[in-house]
Amino acid sequence: MGAHAHSGGSKLYLSVWAWLLALTILEVILAYRQIPFQAMLVILMGLSVVKAALIISYFMHLRFERFSLFLTLFPALIFCVALLFVFFPDSIRLHDLRVP
Amino acid sequence: MSASTKAEYAASPAWEGGAAPYAIGSKKLGMWLFIIADALTFASLLVCYSYLRYATDNWPRPFHTWPSITMATVMTFCLLSSSVTMVFGVAAASRNDRGAAAKWIVLTILGGLAFVVLHANEWRGLIEEGVTPFSNPWGVPNFGAAFFTLTGLHMTHVVIGCLYLGVIAFAFGRGKFTPEDVEVSGLYWHFVDLVWMFIFPMVYLLSNVVTMGAH
Repeated sequence: MGAHAHSGGSKLYLSVWAWLLALTILEVILAYRQIPFQAMLVILMGLSVVKAALIISYFMHLRFERFSLFLTLFPALIFCVALLFVFFPDSIRLHDLRVP
Repeated sequence: MSASTKAEYAASPAWEGGAAPYAIGSKKLGMWLFIIADALTFASLLVCYSYLRYATDNWPRPFHTWPSITMATVMTFCLLSSSVTMVFGVAAASRNDRGAAAKWIVLTILGGLAFVVLHANEWRGLIEEGVTPFSNPWGVPNFGAAFFTLTGLHMTHVVIGCLYLGVIAFAFGRGKFTPEDVEVSGLYWHFVDLVWMFIFPMVYLLSNVVTMGAH
């Protein structure tokens, strides 16, 4: 990352597009495999994060902006999203400690 | 952003109290800040969906391979392709090739409209099965509430994006706006695409009828 003057050519964008499509097809194929649910969730969300990173880096040009822009925007976002997970113990309580 | 503006922004190596600490225009920075805020909105809806899903024993799995999963995959293809046409539109705009930029943006809008039509058709199918935001045949009313709120907000973003890009394509083709304005509209469009990359596996793939597991 850095303040490069160039920002990639058509070939780069088409290859990013091809990668995004390939990852989508991989996700669909994996969804039909008999994988334990928790593992499936981690794999599919992991692949989605990779796809999001490709879109943000190349289509949204963040890779070609100053690193300080990334540092201003994303650590705060990731921290806030992580904070949202504070609700999950309650969801688990609702499910696992349910009175039958 | 034109090459000269970019050079001007990039002239100072670090922020020295100048007007553009990130070497980008204020419109672009504004759109980035909006995207971060909007990302949090969608993140909270996805977390809410997951919360309800884990807490509910018999979460419905109404998504069959045909039509739901197949159509959702085609919709993903439409959005990804519209993102790449938008990239070419932004590239044409930065060369100040206004005609080409407008054509690429119109292609982008067509991709977005295809997505909306397919999605609306899928909603119609679910509504015919009896799914509403308040009830459904499987007795899990939270499913409809979570599903329609999440996908509805996303579809609203796509529709607003189509209108936004329509204005940009029309006016930019006629000599109004700057290449930076096109780039800013592109950022919004890519973000809408990005959000779908999370909704698609989370809502559709993890609820297809063959997936095994406890929840």
